[in-house]
Amino acid sequence: MNSSFLKFSSITKKIWMAFLGLFLMLFLLVHLGINLCLLRDDGGKWFNDASHFMGTNYLVKIFEIILFGGFFLHVFLGIVLQVKNWMARPVRYKVNSKSTTPFLSKYMIYTGVIVLIFIGIHLMNFFFIKIGWVESPVDMLEGGEPDFYTAAEWLFTQPLYSIVYILLIIVLGFHLNHAFQAAFQTLGLEHKKYTPAIKIAGTLYSIFIPFGFILIPIYFLFI
Amino acid sequence: MDLTLNIWRQKDAKSKGRFVTYQLKNISQNCSFLEMLDILNEQLIMQNQEPVAFDHDCREGICGMCSLYINGRPHGPDDAVTTCQLHMRKFKDGDTIVVEPWRARPFPVIKDLLVDRTAFDKIIQDGGYISVNTGAAAEANNILVSKTSAELSMDAAACIGCGACVAACKNASAMLFVSAKVSNLALLPQGKIEAKSRVQKMVSKMDELGFGNCTNTYACEAECPKLISRSNIARLNREFFCAKIA
Amino acid sequence: MAELQAKIPNGPLAGKWTNYKDHQNLVNPTNKRKLDIVVVGTGLAGASAAASLAEMGFNVKIFCYQDSPRRAHSIAAQGGINAAKNYPNDGDSIYRLFYDTIKGGDYRSREANVYRLAEVSNNIIDQCVAQGVPFAREYSGSLENRSFGGALVSRTFFARGQTGQQLLLGAYGALSRQIKLGMVTMYNRHEMLDLVIVEGKARGIIARDLVTGKLERHFGHAVVMATGGYGNVFYLSTNAMGSNVSVCWQVFKKGAYFANPCFTQIHPTCIPVHGDYQSKLTLMSESLRNDGRIWVPKKKEDAEKHRKGQIKAKEISEDDRDYYLERRYPAYGNLVPRDVASRAAKERCDAGFGVGPTGLAVFLDFEGAIKRLGKHVIEERYGNLFQMYEKIVDENPYENPMMIYPAVHYAMGGTWVDYELMTTIPGLYALGEANFSDHGANRLGASALMQGLADGYFVLPYTIQNYLAGEIRVPRMSTDKPEFEDAEKNVRNRLEKLIGIKGSKSVDYFHKELGKIMWEYVGMGRNEQGLKKAIELIRALRKDFWKDVRITGSLEELNPELEKANRVADFLEMGELLALDALTRNESCGGHFREEYQTSEGECLRNDLDYMYVAAWEYLKDGEFELHKEPLKYEEIEVKQRIYK
Repeated sequence: MNSSFLKFSSITKKIWMAFLGLFLMLFLLVHLGINLCLLRDDGGKWFNDASHFMGTNYLVKIFEIILFGGFFLHVFLGIVLQVKNWMARPVRYKVNSKSTTPFLSKYMIYTGVIVLIFIGIHLMNFFFIKIGWVESPVDMLEGGEPDFYTAAEWLFTQPLYSIVYILLIIVLGFHLNHAFQAAFQTLGLEHKKYTPAIKIAGTLYSIFIPFGFILIPIYFLFI
Repeated sequence: MDLTLNIWRQKDAKSKGRFVTYQLKNISQNCSFLEMLDILNEQLIMQNQEPVAFDHDCREGICGMCSLYINGRPHGPDDAVTTCQLHMRKFKDGDTIVVEPWRARPFPVIKDLLVDRTAFDKIIQDGGYISVNTGAAAEANNILVSKTSAELSMDAAACIGCGACVAACKNASAMLFVSAKVSNLALLPQGKIEAKSRVQKMVSKMDELGFGNCTNTYACEAECPKLISRSNIARLNREFFCAKIA
Repeated sequence: MAELQAKIPNGPLAGKWTNYKDHQNLVNPTNKRKLDIVVVGTGLAGASAAASLAEMGFNVKIFCYQDSPRRAHSIAAQGGINAAKNYPNDGDSIYRLFYDTIKGGDYRSREANVYRLAEVSNNIIDQCVAQGVPFAREYSGSLENRSFGGALVSRTFFARGQTGQQLLLGAYGALSRQIKLGMVTMYNRHEMLDLVIVEGKARGIIARDLVTGKLERHFGHAVVMATGGYGNVFYLSTNAMGSNVSVCWQVFKKGAYFANPCFTQIHPTCIPVHGDYQSKLTLMSESLRNDGRIWVPKKKEDAEKHRKGQIKAKEISEDDRDYYLERRYPAYGNLVPRDVASRAAKERCDAGFGVGPTGLAVFLDFEGAIKRLGKHVIEERYGNLFQMYEKIVDENPYENPMMIYPAVHYAMGGTWVDYELMTTIPGLYALGEANFSDHGANRLGASALMQGLADGYFVLPYTIQNYLAGEIRVPRMSTDKPEFEDAEKNVRNRLEKLIGIKGSKSVDYFHKELGKIMWEYVGMGRNEQGLKKAIELIRALRKDFWKDVRITGSLEELNPELEKANRVADFLEMGELLALDALTRNESCGGHFREEYQTSEGECLRNDLDYMYVAAWEYLKDGEFELHKEPLKYEEIEVKQRIYK
């Protein structure tokens, strides 16, 4: 996060954004896979096993560092780009733009910031417990590991938390909806034949991910 | 038709500007937007007021000199036209029309609705050409170009450099303009020779001049009077990426 | 009085240019650096000349009134550019291109210049392809050609309907490269307002920075003007709003002769006039005549009904249609040259067969072509033109025939130049539409782009050296010299005078009035009585202008009204010369049609015996001009009557 990233040309920054975005999207898939283990009626065994694996495997630990680095770089570059964008139009128009654009494309920084806040809360609830920054709301498992299943269950059975969670996940979906095809555009992967398929894939992805995540609070609230 | 115009007036680059309201009566539907402004100016001159300054020249949609941000859209409420090709039949009797200059840091206002677009020239000067001297060309048919490439190149080359893409973009990004020139040349065998250095030089000039970054909203494509496609921006990204990693 | 020396090289026609180049003086590279050249105008001719001169090592300063050099009106040329490549193997050659151009110009152009033009035409295509101009291609990847108005071979290269734009962007690219290299200094939003002459030679210009309004002095060892044509003297034309005659007129007043001003071209396929507020006429490419058929109703009643909006064109039966071009010119049909097609349309409308609300329009019909080729083919060929038409007229040309009418388009006349493109002022050159030399009395389609680029890329860069070789000992001059000071003072006085009038009528009022006079009496059909009347009316209007024009704002600021006023003031003088030239030329040829001189069938009646000359006018004083004649000698071709029947 030193000044060399600042000196990157606009397109280099954007290519980084796109790569990191796609990487984060991959991570989301893995994350969702693990989360869906919560839905299994086994008292959290699968889920806690998966959490244990993720928390102890060395490869995953390396991956975790890359993930955090990538995430912060994505956020950092997003903000740097946005600041330059605001600076590029010092005098605003009186009449708001009436140009036809994909609805969500104009709000990436806002959806992005909301997602960032969400991730902050999320980390407080889970990751920071693991590293001991935050006290766990529930008892530890034997061996001193946090019982994430019980923690999740505890959180998701609180209606207010679940509603906020669901809303934020929907915002994440908005962010992903534009992000998916935009990443391909930024990486120059555009083709008459394949771009429509990429767009469909992006839409499906941006529906599938939030849908999957939302299932969990709904499960804990109603079932 | 009768109209209320709300026009940005600014004496010169250093002065503060403001919106001024004017009334116009009996404007013909067949009038072009600039002809409507001509009528307004005639009226102002007769009242001993200063006419509204705006850029225009060919009035047939090809020189790229006319601009104007009309009711929230560059070149106004019609697709694939420049302001000089916009006709008053696109408005209704009694409409209020807000007319603003292009707004972008690299396009400072010179007077009223006139802006300085030399930033575009500077970008072209940094590589938007093939470096061939007069007389150094080979026989034309020695360079074969596939029909598809020639057509795609022509699609991109249709850019008139009006700046509507920058004006429309919420980030005031010049990516569509730069990508049109990069594509125009990169698609031709003659242009491939310098392609790598060209794309890097043009992009760094674009950044230096203070244009914003592309966030893929495609407002540029929606407002381009010559329908330059966003796929050129993808090509620019690709060309840039390949040039950087090579 | 300057002698009219065309300086045509000796020897047989085909060898003249080579002969010239072999023996001309050149400037060595170290001396080139010490020489400054001022170029005015950034169209095809100006930009290509400036780029080429800079590549050779000269210091170039280039000026344009627009915000960018890429805006020059060359950009609006649609159709194409001719060259004698003979790629289609249809028998074309340099000689044929030369011959067609001379004949198309109705034998009023200079033989040696036209031959050189045809000769370098092929180099232009090579150069433009190397620059990356995306010309149309065959499936094989080779260059595609099409036929164009009045030619029997396919020799026109094109880039969709935007050939001028693409060629200009090529030249603009070359110019931009030299700007980056520091060889060219660009002055955009600058307008030349006077020429500075020191000891009889052109040595610089006075220009006004249009943003600050400040007057500037610029020195050059030579001055090149590539400032386009004067079609806007008619107010309504296909020219850009800013196109003007002012530079030609400034140098005219300083001693450069003005040649053949009455040779103006009226383009047959333009969108008709529709209202008083109209500022511009839009041209529809001539290529439309390849597939469109031109007609008017046979019966006056039908024409009248159409004018009143009571019937549609489609309701007029086939038998009641008069395809007058096919009727009168069976051999060329709808593809007759521009002047012929324009006059024929006017003849029909004057006779009461015109259609549309004003009665000043004829139909251009694609019904047959759509039936024959299918709508998709027509769409592919002319889609953008049809779309443009629909945007302007708000009528679908696939369903209803287009309505068209002739409009002022191109000025064949211009500043007189010799073979080297030098005017009668030493060190002052004129290129492109601004000069007179290559198109005679009528220009063929796709020849203007060819001429602009030929002059800029391949002619001037050679010929100017022949002059500059003698100037290498002349150091850069200080612009404090009295000649610069006087010129600037005169410009300032004139502008201050204009602003000081504070009359009651706008500049546009005078321009429109002038346009009406010009179109009425000096337009497509001219006669002695009308021309005399026009001169009187123009004089009266000019007087009124200098008494009653109102210009708001001041000198030292961006002031579009002042810019316009200065140009209109020149048009008000130039219009008179145009009428006078037309009055003096007692014959009909090309774009100049004198009603007294026509055949029994209404065709041009040329008078080669008395009028086979270039009319080069010298300025004496306001409203007084002296005629000098440069006789035209045709050595290699036989002068014939132009027949397109």
